[in-house]
Amino acid sequence: MALDSKMNRVFKVVGTRPPRPDGVEKVTGRAMYGADATAPGMLVGRILRSPHAHAIIKSIDVSAAEALKGVKAVVTAADFGVPDDLSIRDVQDNCMAQGKALYHGHAVAAVAANTAAIASQALKLIKVRYEVLPHVTDVDEAMRPGAPIVQEARALENVAAGFSENVTSQCEFGHGDLEVGFAKADKVIERSFTTAATHQGYIEPHACLASMSPDGKGDLWCCTQGQFQVRTLCAEIMGMDASQLRVTASEIGGGFGGKTTVFIEPVALALSRKSGRPVKIVMTRDEVFKATGPTVSSSMDVKIGMTNDGRITAAQAQLRYQGGAFPCGTVEMGAQSAFACYNLDAVHTVGWNVLTNRPKEAAYRAPGAPMAIYAVESVVDELCQELGLDPLNVRLKNASTKGTKSSYGPTFDDIGLRATLEAAKAHPHCSAPLGPNQGRGLSCGFWFNFGGNTCVSLNINTDGTVGITEGNPDIGGSRAAISQMAAEELGVPYDKVRTIIADTNSLGYNDVTDGSRVTFSVGLATIEAARNAIKVMCGRVAKIWGIDEDAVIWEDGCAKPSGANAGDFTPMSIEEIAAISSNTGGPIAGHFEVNADGAGVSFGVHLADVEVDPETGATKILRYTVFQDAGKAVHPDYVEGQMQGGAVQGIGWALNEEYIYGKDGLLQNAGFLDYRVPVASDLPNIETVILEIPNPGHPYGVRGVGETPIVPPLATLSNAVARAIGIRLFELPMSPPKLLKAIRQKG
Amino acid sequence: MRNLHISTSVNGDQTEFVCAPDETLLDVLRNRLGLTGAKEGCGTGDCGACSVTLNGRLVCSCLVLGVEAEGAEIGTVEGLAMGDHLHPLQRNFIDHAALQCGICTPGILVAAKALLEKNPNPTDEEIRYWLAGNLCRCTGYDKIIKAVQIAAAEMRGA
Repeated sequence: MALDSKMNRVFKVVGTRPPRPDGVEKVTGRAMYGADATAPGMLVGRILRSPHAHAIIKSIDVSAAEALKGVKAVVTAADFGVPDDLSIRDVQDNCMAQGKALYHGHAVAAVAANTAAIASQALKLIKVRYEVLPHVTDVDEAMRPGAPIVQEARALENVAAGFSENVTSQCEFGHGDLEVGFAKADKVIERSFTTAATHQGYIEPHACLASMSPDGKGDLWCCTQGQFQVRTLCAEIMGMDASQLRVTASEIGGGFGGKTTVFIEPVALALSRKSGRPVKIVMTRDEVFKATGPTVSSSMDVKIGMTNDGRITAAQAQLRYQGGAFPCGTVEMGAQSAFACYNLDAVHTVGWNVLTNRPKEAAYRAPGAPMAIYAVESVVDELCQELGLDPLNVRLKNASTKGTKSSYGPTFDDIGLRATLEAAKAHPHCSAPLGPNQGRGLSCGFWFNFGGNTCVSLNINTDGTVGITEGNPDIGGSRAAISQMAAEELGVPYDKVRTIIADTNSLGYNDVTDGSRVTFSVGLATIEAARNAIKVMCGRVAKIWGIDEDAVIWEDGCAKPSGANAGDFTPMSIEEIAAISSNTGGPIAGHFEVNADGAGVSFGVHLADVEVDPETGATKILRYTVFQDAGKAVHPDYVEGQMQGGAVQGIGWALNEEYIYGKDGLLQNAGFLDYRVPVASDLPNIETVILEIPNPGHPYGVRGVGETPIVPPLATLSNAVARAIGIRLFELPMSPPKLLKAIRQKG
Repeated sequence: MRNLHISTSVNGDQTEFVCAPDETLLDVLRNRLGLTGAKEGCGTGDCGACSVTLNGRLVCSCLVLGVEAEGAEIGTVEGLAMGDHLHPLQRNFIDHAALQCGICTPGILVAAKALLEKNPNPTDEEIRYWLAGNLCRCTGYDKIIKAVQIAAAEMRGA
C-alpha cells in the first residue's frame, strides 16, 4: 500500500494524543490479564522441572502423585504425540522434555489438582531417575570440537567444518572486496566482544486457562502476543483442527517478543483433556527466568578500517550466538543489521547459531541486532578516538541514505538516519558541558520492521458509530492508534470508534504482535477497511440520489456530490446513511486482508552522559536523549513511550542484566533481586525527539517504532563510559564489579 | 492445617474470609475476594505489582499473610476511584500515557497515592526513590514520574 499521493495531507486525528480506550480498565484494576481468569470447577496446574543442566530421563514414576487425594491428572511427554513439523516438535519438546532434560528448569512432568498446595505436594511425589550428562552453557566452548553435544544431528549442511555439532547453522552477508577496502584504511581496529543473555523481563508471568471438553473442542485463555500463533502451535501439538481450538488473548502484561510462542499452554490443555476439568497454570517468576526464552548471549569479532578523515573503507564481523538447547535463527538478523547504518563499499558478516544447555531463546525486541550493533558501534567509536574525529560527524559521513546498497542486500528507499543524526547534532544535549569522571556516548541503531498477515473488520453500526475487530493484542496503546486511523479515514470523532481484539474464531489469521508491525500493518488494513466501507456508503448514497457511484465523494464523515456536474444534493452524514442501511441493502462493513509488505526500516541515534564512580564502579546516567525516525507518529505519547521504554531496557542490558550460570550449569539468579532490571531511581528523564520521515509503504507514512530503541543504548553507554574514565570494556553488562576491577587494573 | 476465619476491612468495606495460615494476603485478595487488581509479578517482594496498603502502610501483599489482615484496614487499587470519579493519579496516568501494558499500574498507583499522602509536594528524585520498589518494564518510568507530578500539583490545588 503506497503512501497517499496527497503528501501534504493535514491530519485531524492522527498525530493527536487522545486517551487510550483501555485506560480506565487498566488504572482501576478491572482489566483482565492472563492470571485473572477463572472457570467453574477449575483446577490448578503446576510443572516439575529438571534440577540438572543436561540429563537423560531414565524413568518417571507418577504413581504416588496420582494417588494423592485431590490430584486429578498427571502428564509427562508420554501424553503428547510427535508433531510432523520439526520446529513445532521443538516447541513441544521445550514445553515437556522428551527423553532428555536439556537445561536447568526444563519441564519434565505436570500435575493438575484441586488446590495449589496439593499440586505442589504432588510434584514432590513424582520420582524421576536422571542420568546426568556433561553440559555446556558458554557459546565459545559449545562450538569447539569435543564439547558436550546438546542435540545430535541438528546441524545444517552449510556449516563449515571444524566446529562441534552444536553449531546448527551459518549465514553470510555482504558485498565488495574487503582486502582492497582495508588496504585503503589509515587505521584498522579489530576487537572481540561478549554480551550476556538477558530476559525480556515482562512483569506479568506467563498464565493460561485451558478447557478441553470431551467432544474434542477446546478453549484457551492466555496472555500472548499472538493468539493465532498459539492456536497453530497448540492445535498441532494436541492433534486438533484449528477450528476446534478457540484461543482468546487476555490483556497482556508485557511481552517484548517473549510471548510469541508457548510454554505452558499445551501442558494446560493436556491436563484439562486428561482431567476433564478446566486447568489454570500461572508461572512463578523463578519459572519465567529458568524456562522461558531469554535472548541469545554472544561472542563477536569486529574489524573496521577508517581513513584519517573518517571514511570507513571496509568492515567485517563474525558473530557467534547461543540460543539455548534448540536451533534458532537469531544470528541471521544480527549479521544483517550489524552494519546497516553505514554506506559501505566493502562489508562482510558471518554468523553461527549454537546450541547450549540453556533455555530455548525467544525473540526479544529487535532480536539479534543490539549485540551486533554494540560491537560495531564500539569499534567505530574507538576509531574516532584514535583518529581524533568527532563521532557524530563520522556517522554523518558514512550514514546510509536513500539509494545506499545495504550491508544485507536491499537498496534503501527513503530513510531517516541522516536526519536523525542532524537532529542529534543540533540538540543542546550535544554541546552541554561535562565534569570529571563524566563522558558522553553515542550510537546509531537500526531495525528492519515488519508487515505480515493481517485482517481487520470494520463495522458501521446502525447509529453511525464504528466497531473495529482486529487480531493483535494491545501491548502498549495500539487500540488508540488503530481507532485514530479509522477516525481519520472515516472523518468521524475518535470517541465514536471502538477497537476490540478478537479471538481466533472471530477473525482470520493475524501474525503475532511483533516486528514493530501493528501500527503499520493493522493500521494499513484499518485504513483500507475504512476505504472499503466508504465505497459501500458512497454506493448506497449514489443509488438514493440516482447518480453514478463515481459522482459521490467522502469528506468529513459525509457523502457529498463530487462537484456541480454531479447534481445539487445535501450531503448525507455517516449517521444518516447508517440509520437507513436496512432499506438500502443491509448492514455496512468494510474489511481488509493482506500479507503486508512495505514496512519501512527504522533508524535511531542515542546520546548519553554518564558519570562513573571510581570508588564503586557504578555508572550513573546523567542525561539521555533518544532521536528516532518514526515515520508518521500516530499517537506521539505512545511513540515516545516506545522510545523511552526501549532505551531503558537497553540501559539494563548495558549496565546490569545478565543470566549467570555456575560451573554446575545451573542458573544462579532466577529472580528480580539478583537479575537487576532498571528501577526508577537508576534513571534520569529520557528525552525524546521524534522525526517523521514518511514510510513510502504506508498510506499515512507510518513506520514501526518499538524495536529500534533497544539497539543503541548498549554502545551508547559503553562509549560514554570509555570516554568518562578512559577504559573501554569489551563485554556487557558493565556491572559495577567488572568496571571497578578494570579501574583498579588501570591503576 | 485448618483454615482460619478473618474479619477485616477492604477499601472501607467490612469483609470476612477464611484462609490457610500460610496463604498470602495477595492470594486472599485475588482468589478469595475476587480483587484481581493487585498482581503477582514475582512473589518475593521485588516487583511491587502487588502493592496495597495495610493500616495505611504501603506493603507488598505477597509478603503479608492473609491472617495478618485480622482487624486491619486494607486499601487496594479497586478503592482508588470514588464511584465513577477517578482519582487524580488514575486520570493523569491515562491523560499522560503513564502506562503501556498496564500490569504494574495498579501497584504504582497505590504506591504513588501512599507517597502523596506523606509528601504532597515531592521532588522528581523523591518520587523515583519512593517508586524504586515498583518495577515497570515498558515505560522507562519517565511518563510515570511526570504523571505523578501533575497529579500531585492538581491535588495540592496548584
